[in-house]
Amino acid sequence: MGVMNGSNNDEYVKLLGAWPSPFVLRTRIALNLKHVAYEYLEEEDNLNSESVLNYNPVHKQIPILIHGNKPIRESLNIVMYVDETWLSGPPILPSDPFDRAVARFWDVYIDEHCFTSINGVAISKDEEERKAAMAKLEQCMALLEETFQECSKGRGFFGGDNIGFIDIGFGSLLGPLKVLEKFTRVKFIHPDTTPGLFHWADRFYAHEAVKPVMPDIEKLVQFAKLKFDTSIFK
Amino acid sequence: MGDKEEVKLLGVWYSPYAIRPKIALRLKSVDYDYVEEDLFGSKSELLLKSNPVHKKVPVLLHNVKPIIESLNIVEYIDETWNSSGPSILPSDPHDRAIARFWSAFVDNKWFPALRAAAITKSEDAKAKGIEEVEGGLLRLDEAFVAISKGRSFFCGDVIGFMDICLGSFLVLLKAREKLKGEKLLDESKIPSLCKWADEFLSDDIVKNVVPEIDRVAKFLGELEAIAQSASRS
Repeated sequence: MGVMNGSNNDEYVKLLGAWPSPFVLRTRIALNLKHVAYEYLEEEDNLNSESVLNYNPVHKQIPILIHGNKPIRESLNIVMYVDETWLSGPPILPSDPFDRAVARFWDVYIDEHCFTSINGVAISKDEEERKAAMAKLEQCMALLEETFQECSKGRGFFGGDNIGFIDIGFGSLLGPLKVLEKFTRVKFIHPDTTPGLFHWADRFYAHEAVKPVMPDIEKLVQFAKLKFDTSIFK
Repeated sequence: MGDKEEVKLLGVWYSPYAIRPKIALRLKSVDYDYVEEDLFGSKSELLLKSNPVHKKVPVLLHNVKPIIESLNIVEYIDETWNSSGPSILPSDPHDRAIARFWSAFVDNKWFPALRAAAITKSEDAKAKGIEEVEGGLLRLDEAFVAISKGRSFFCGDVIGFMDICLGSFLVLLKAREKLKGEKLLDESKIPSLCKWADEFLSDDIVKNVVPEIDRVAKFLGELEAIAQSASRS
């Protein structure tokens, strides 16, 4: 698994992650975009491992990127760090300050609203809670469809011709969204209501930086059944 | 013929979040118009149009384009006026990641704990909340010592991103101390952070931007009275 690098930074790169985590996925996509060779350590069964606690004593969470002996924590932080450190690959954040501010805003929105409502549906204890969380999620999709149209300006991704910060932030949630769609039988991304997102999702999945690391949906479904002991997954 | 830059900031005087862009703009010597919003009355058309998703302050309008969320605005200011004044974010990617990590800690964990402790009616929950806030301050004190390496501010001898992020809450902490006698900035427990707090509040730019402690204390008292009478009626 460990391949020493040929990138423009000489120090060893290690990523502590867990295969089901959309946050870990973000960091792997970013590293792939920049062709950074790294060692991946699966911590899914052992989130209290010495490594995790050592490198992230504040939150005890993955992903953790270790570059040389320096730990970098939190997925969006790591993506920005990768973008700023390995300059030879395509830029992940746009160069214009206003476009960068827009990209940062939407990734925070995605975490605080989309991810929270996905989780909200998964942990809902009754029909009422589920309906409320699903309504919120549908609102998020509508807003992101508008954002996609504005940011892509007719091109394939939020970032334009290539994957960018918002693509990575939102694309990493496609797996959990598909799992929810399977159980709720509701299509959150649909060719009629969110045509832009619908076709974007296919392009995202097919991208060379994404395809090798996107978790298998069936495996995610089994994982969800085990993790969430709520009615929706029975 | 020069292009006149139009820079407008929408905020409210009591918000720690609105203080942040004010400090950043002054660090970069950028002239701006300030618009005081009335969040208890009705929000202005401009605010609703500029921030339709969240309808919150602060909002920076740079030549009509809106930038929202306080730390986002600070980064934008740093990048846009990058040849003027000191760098607000450090230049090294790892130092930047550290600054972003701790500022996310302040905004997503530490301050929400303080806000929850302030609002809750349960004495138990309040005590637990304050404990979490104090624990957070201990962590921030340790982080300050490790990152500053003996200098006055987090990343050097001049105010930067982390200072702006945490420093924007200092007047609120001191106002709570005045109102409630709650000493969160305790020199015996967090000596380095307290020293940093004094340096921050006596900085020339900060002094002219933060609201007065007495005014904030009075405002907090009024808010509390409204909340209590609402719960009784």
